[in-house]
Amino acid sequence: MAEQATKKAVLRVQRGASGETIRSEDFDVPYEEGMSVLDALRWIRAHLDSSLAIRYSCINANACKTCMALVNGEVEYTCIARLTPGVVTVGPLPKRPLIRDLITDVIPEDEKL
Amino acid sequence: MPHLSTDVLVIGAGGAGMYAAIAAAQEGASVLLLDKGQIGRGGATIMAQMTVAVALGEQEPDSIALHLEDTLKAGRGLCNGELSALLCEDGPKRIREMEEWGTRWARENGHIKQEMAPGHSVKRCCYVDFLNTGPAVAATLRRKVSEIPAIRRLSNLAAVDILVSEGRARGAIALNFVDGELVAIQSKAVILAAGGLTKLYERNSASANMGGEAYALALWAGAELIDMEFVQFFPIGHLAPRLVGMDPIMWDPFRYKLGGKMLNGKFEEFIDRYGSTDFGKYNATRDIAAYAILKEVEAGRGTLHGGAYLDFRHIPEAQLRGAFGPVIDRLLANGIDLTKTPVEVGPMAHYHMGGIRVDVNMQTRVAGLYAAGEAVGGANGANRLSGNAITEAFVFGARAGSAAAESVTRARSEWNDQLADEALRRLKSFGRDSEANRIAPIALQAELQKVMWEQAGPFRTGEKLMAALMRIDEMRKKDLPRLRVGAARQFNLDLQDAFELRAMLATAGAVVRSALARTESRGAHQREDFPAPDDTFLKNQVLELKDGEIESRWLPPVRVARSSINDG
Repeated sequence: MAEQATKKAVLRVQRGASGETIRSEDFDVPYEEGMSVLDALRWIRAHLDSSLAIRYSCINANACKTCMALVNGEVEYTCIARLTPGVVTVGPLPKRPLIRDLITDVIPEDEKL
Repeated sequence: MPHLSTDVLVIGAGGAGMYAAIAAAQEGASVLLLDKGQIGRGGATIMAQMTVAVALGEQEPDSIALHLEDTLKAGRGLCNGELSALLCEDGPKRIREMEEWGTRWARENGHIKQEMAPGHSVKRCCYVDFLNTGPAVAATLRRKVSEIPAIRRLSNLAAVDILVSEGRARGAIALNFVDGELVAIQSKAVILAAGGLTKLYERNSASANMGGEAYALALWAGAELIDMEFVQFFPIGHLAPRLVGMDPIMWDPFRYKLGGKMLNGKFEEFIDRYGSTDFGKYNATRDIAAYAILKEVEAGRGTLHGGAYLDFRHIPEAQLRGAFGPVIDRLLANGIDLTKTPVEVGPMAHYHMGGIRVDVNMQTRVAGLYAAGEAVGGANGANRLSGNAITEAFVFGARAGSAAAESVTRARSEWNDQLADEALRRLKSFGRDSEANRIAPIALQAELQKVMWEQAGPFRTGEKLMAALMRIDEMRKKDLPRLRVGAARQFNLDLQDAFELRAMLATAGAVVRSALARTESRGAHQREDFPAPDDTFLKNQVLELKDGEIESRWLPPVRVARSSINDG
């Protein structure tokens, strides 16, 4: 347990809105066995930077299917993608128009204002 | 001029909201269906891996009267009998309608399969395999809604105020997450279907968008709330080992189908110490099970993570696989082998029995303002039977939709630019950044969740509730105007959190005030300083807002005559 508590993950997250300069930002997150990438992103919002834009709803159940992002270059549901100690890169979905940070435009056209 | 205009505005697109939209459109109304998340993907419905209780009588003989009897018994004398009867009576129609629309209920020998669940006197609970009820019904309703041209769907819009003039709902103001703008919506009727309040609690089984907004919007609009002290704590939410990709309340169907022993930290069975029996059959109702687990923890007989063990080791692997096939593999991927290790479970906020006070047409006391689903209070009294929540979402959604559509044929549409402009001005200044503003909304939300869990959770005392109330009032008056939301326009989550927190604080205040006034223990409301039920409290607490503060009064429960039940 003690050893686990000292482990950390570094989330390398793409930041910026469409039209702005896109940058990468590193966040240190305490690592616990079994954590998901979404757990780490939510931890960042709660403890380091609440302005990080992410999309999710059901948190943990992989039922809403809205939390997709690019994790280490692969499209994943962040709620079930396991976090690993060390560097983890997270970016927005590559084939969708970027809105801000990890949020892309995934809403069907007829559900928009 | 309003930005958008419709006959019926439905706020929240979970099971109740989508059902309401369909029903209203079928009656000829134009409908605008909003969700702060994505249409048909947020809220509680899609999370329900569980079962739906309806007296179909397909598995074994059953009747609407018997379902009602079980519902009223679980409600500990506080159900609004008319609403409970409606739930039981219309449940079978809605389940068969859903089947016509494409939901594939699990079947056996040519009939819909129904399982036993705690508190039910017969096998009554239908489901979609495997643990897929919520996602399956949400998919059915999403498809149905998208096929109806009269329904306009809008994702990522959160209603933040209901417009009311001359005692009638005229529309709403919504925050568009996509560009951060406030939008004025004109409608002849409004249906609040934005779900429950489980996000108020640190330990909860909810999705991210159950902050109790429906209750706050109703209060602010001049409607009443009822039974707000009755928050259901689901007894066996998953605590450990870490489990991803599964609903934390997934263990209930395992227990229905397979049994499963509930053991304390010393591996002893214990439910019998708390006035119920269990022993592999799982008969204890939710309130008793939650109470028993936390009492064991308090007595130093809890598990490492503060709960109880749920043990399936006595069940052969073939039987586990037969009942839950692919789910067993998902558990193994999480490192959980049920044949080798028990899991740790404990109470977490799961559902709200209380809610918006409505009549049998789901109408509040404000003309043109309706509610549906978990947002409605009264049908489940002091404790809800398992399986009644999805039934309630469908039944109340359908009723609210058709009643609202019927009402708009009589309502004149009167738009008041001044009313909307005032609301827009007031709301635009909320959360505006300034030097003095230093509080991150998400941090205050976290503090509120901790306060609610520790001081207004499964066990309550007058002293703890009073402390909670003082802090909540202070947050509302002092901290809320000092939130820091930044300048980002597109998907500004701080701004979203700030508006959500504004509603959470109003709703939390309603829960705590109600819990303070009920100086007895009944159903899901457990007072350690008043541990017994007191039948002078066989009445419902009704709240309303007067000059910005909550006032309460007591009313006798609405009873239903048995002879009036249509057992068709």
